[in-house]
Amino acid sequence: MEKLAGKKVLEALETRFQAFEAGLNGHANSEAHSIRKEAFDHLMKTGLPHAKHEEYKFTNLTKTLEKNVSFADSSSTSTELSTKDAGIANLDAYRLVFVNGKLDEEASSRIEIDGVKITTLSDAIYREEIQFNKEAVHSDDSFVAMNTAFAENGISIEVADKTVIDKPIFLQFIGDHEDYNVRNLFTFGKFSEATIIEKFDSANGAKFSNAVNEISVDVQANIQYFKIENDKTDSIHFASTLVSQQKDSKFTANTIALNGEMVRNNLSIRIEGEGCQAYMNGLYLLEGKTHVDNHTVVDHRSPNTYSNELYKGIMNDRSRGVFNGKIFVRQAAQKTNAFQSNKNILLTNDATINTKPQLEIWADDVQCSHGCTTGQLDKDALFYLMARGIKKDRAIAMLLHAFASDVLDNLENKAIQDYVEEIITKRLEE
Amino acid sequence: MLSIKNLQAKIEDKEILKGINLEVKPGEVHAIMGPNGSGKSTLASVLAGREEYEVTGGEVDFLGKDLLDLDADERAREGVFLAFQYPVEIPGVSTTNFMKTAINQVREHRGEKPLDAVAFLKLMKEKMKLVEIDQSLLSRSLNEGFSGGEKKRNEIFQMAMLEPKLAILDETDSGLDIDALKTVANGVNTLKSADNATIVVTHYQRLLDYIVPDYVHVLYKGRIVKSGTKDLALELEAKGYDWIKEEAEATV
Repeated sequence: MEKLAGKKVLEALETRFQAFEAGLNGHANSEAHSIRKEAFDHLMKTGLPHAKHEEYKFTNLTKTLEKNVSFADSSSTSTELSTKDAGIANLDAYRLVFVNGKLDEEASSRIEIDGVKITTLSDAIYREEIQFNKEAVHSDDSFVAMNTAFAENGISIEVADKTVIDKPIFLQFIGDHEDYNVRNLFTFGKFSEATIIEKFDSANGAKFSNAVNEISVDVQANIQYFKIENDKTDSIHFASTLVSQQKDSKFTANTIALNGEMVRNNLSIRIEGEGCQAYMNGLYLLEGKTHVDNHTVVDHRSPNTYSNELYKGIMNDRSRGVFNGKIFVRQAAQKTNAFQSNKNILLTNDATINTKPQLEIWADDVQCSHGCTTGQLDKDALFYLMARGIKKDRAIAMLLHAFASDVLDNLENKAIQDYVEEIITKRLEE
Repeated sequence: MLSIKNLQAKIEDKEILKGINLEVKPGEVHAIMGPNGSGKSTLASVLAGREEYEVTGGEVDFLGKDLLDLDADERAREGVFLAFQYPVEIPGVSTTNFMKTAINQVREHRGEKPLDAVAFLKLMKEKMKLVEIDQSLLSRSLNEGFSGGEKKRNEIFQMAMLEPKLAILDETDSGLDIDALKTVANGVNTLKSADNATIVVTHYQRLLDYIVPDYVHVLYKGRIVKSGTKDLALELEAKGYDWIKEEAEATV
């Protein structure tokens, strides 16, 4: 493995995998383990993304990990972060708390909803009807392979046909290990309706979290998915949310990135059935030297489908944003409508954004559009507000709230809207 | 109230104001006229505190304070109001919310309690009548998609809400039809009192039929080259600006 990128990380992981296999007992021959083994072999063969890798050229996650994370077997570093501090005020939801990916039953609500089956990942993956890797099999990302090989913790939520969950399910992930992997499996039955909210926070010293979600959305289901990331400044976060949609289903992803050293969010939606709608809203509010990369893919594979993507970013200080939005419209996906928009505000001369829309269209009867803008705060608008007596800080805050308002309006959850708005206001007061 | 002495200003190395002198007392209405490019709008912007303009000399005293030392927002809280020639469209900021923030920051500065929602709405209703502006406009984003006339009405509405001591109207007549012009002028006249003053910046005499000035000043090439009463405005209307230019050039 001389030529592979991330050699130091791979070596540490090899040791870890051997130790893991040695402790498997009865599961060594399970289907789940063969999936893990395959993923591990793939990872060892391809290595981590090198500096010029097309998907990672603005986000050198490999180098950042090599520099900051040992991938030795880590133990708890500190637990100064309380679940309450990391929560969202006034959020009415069923709550499940995870520490380093492992369900903390004491801190979690007991959820008993007809038609909803919640099991830990380790219970779920050794069952006969295995959902493990159902979506992730489509990914060739080395970090997803890393997660497949190493994630022992996480949750499986299965929602039966026609089940409507009355409140959001709030999954709160807190990390205090040097690194952890978490894998969540969501299976939403036909005509089901649910809202899932994930929130990621880290304690000091928690360096890396790798979170992969597999989400299957069946016929006519309507699913809202939120992901809110607000790690400590020295934390590195990788996430990949892999979704498939069946006929006439609706899936909405809301991705909010707020802090960390380096954050990479992959969101990938395969539209497999006719008549589906997919919405992707994103907001990144960055300061300091935070680096956030949002990579999204929506793959229209069936006719009469619709996708709409709106990502907005506000970059302050020396922070860096990356947006890459791919839209694929396959030959079979006639009558597809796909829209994408990425807008950015740079508050300083040192902040940067790299944005790249990527449309690949094989069908001929489609309507697609994309646009991206990057600018500074509108000076004329700022002067207008100040000329009415509004203090400068407040005027800037009003303009940034206004800039973010269409994404915030799309969130459709008051508690989350308030949480984000408060962060915008608080940051500007610092 | 306002005392401008030898005010000079430039933008991007281009000198625009070359020594303006002007005294405005409470209760007075001054009109600033002049051909295009004479520096009228620059004067309005400099007084309101737009940062793009660099003041290179002179003094401006406003009610005993050095106006040039204050930021735009501080000037506004002290009682200076600029009605914009081109009001800015700000999507995502509702007019109502904006106005409430502004009025309460001004009140806080004056040592007054903030208005609660009920008092604010009552005040808004009262002032809306003054410029015949529709409530539905005010719940929309600030100036977004407003017609030219609606934008100008909105400016005067904001002026009515904030009750400034010195109002500077920058080409408020541009883009208005005669009915809108009358409405806007009527609003301005109603707000006039013995304690406040108005500076009307305009290219045409038309607005001055409705907002009658006590003094008319002609600005040309960054200087006030002629001052007089409202008759001067009528003379300009009849004869154009050429004779002023000739006179000014002759004295240089």
